[in-house]
Amino acid sequence: MASIDPITAPSEGAENPIRTAIAEAIAENPVILFMKGDPEAPACGFSRQTVAVLQALDARFAAVDVLPDPRIRQELSALSNWPTIPQLFVDGELVGGCDIVTEMYESGELARLLGAEDAAPAAPAADGAGDMSDSGHLQIENRLG
Amino acid sequence: MPTPDEIKQRIETAIPGARAEVEDFGGGSGDHFRATVTAQAFAGRSRIEQHRLVYDVFGEDIGGPIHALSLKTEVG
Repeated sequence: MASIDPITAPSEGAENPIRTAIAEAIAENPVILFMKGDPEAPACGFSRQTVAVLQALDARFAAVDVLPDPRIRQELSALSNWPTIPQLFVDGELVGGCDIVTEMYESGELARLLGAEDAAPAAPAADGAGDMSDSGHLQIENRLG
Repeated sequence: MPTPDEIKQRIETAIPGARAEVEDFGGGSGDHFRATVTAQAFAGRSRIEQHRLVYDVFGEDIGGPIHALSLKTEVG
């Protein structure tokens, strides 16, 4: 899951460390938000609202700031086929951006989705939003260098 | 800068039978829009897929001239 499908990335596979890092971050973190800024200081109203929704549900999530390098956003959108930021992934699947996440919060769907996640037996990666933010962020940055 | 009416027409032209209501919510800056789109084409598709159909109308313009397009989609 963390590796690049050679069919969708014919010549870039191992040559594209950013996309690989993104795919791995998505695979490794049950709940991960790609956003502008970080959860403590969102740099865009849509990212801010999405963080607020997750925090309202007491959700534990990894966060990756896409702003430090424009290639993060490019590769993420190429991978997810979704043009805008933020993007929330749960269990490796794109849930949506701010609109869908907000809509699902209001309908109770998001609480059910994330509640099921909490009930899953092995979720060792989820260890508090603050810590996860850092580790999610560092994963990408480390592999950029 | 696109106008809400241009956004509406692009959606309605590209998605057969779609009806779109589009408003500018960026204080007239012309790059933040909110659209409610109703289309039969959404039937049987997940919300993600419904939104992708609309985003696909604009391609690279999303994140470019259109900084943000907030969406609400309905089958109809």
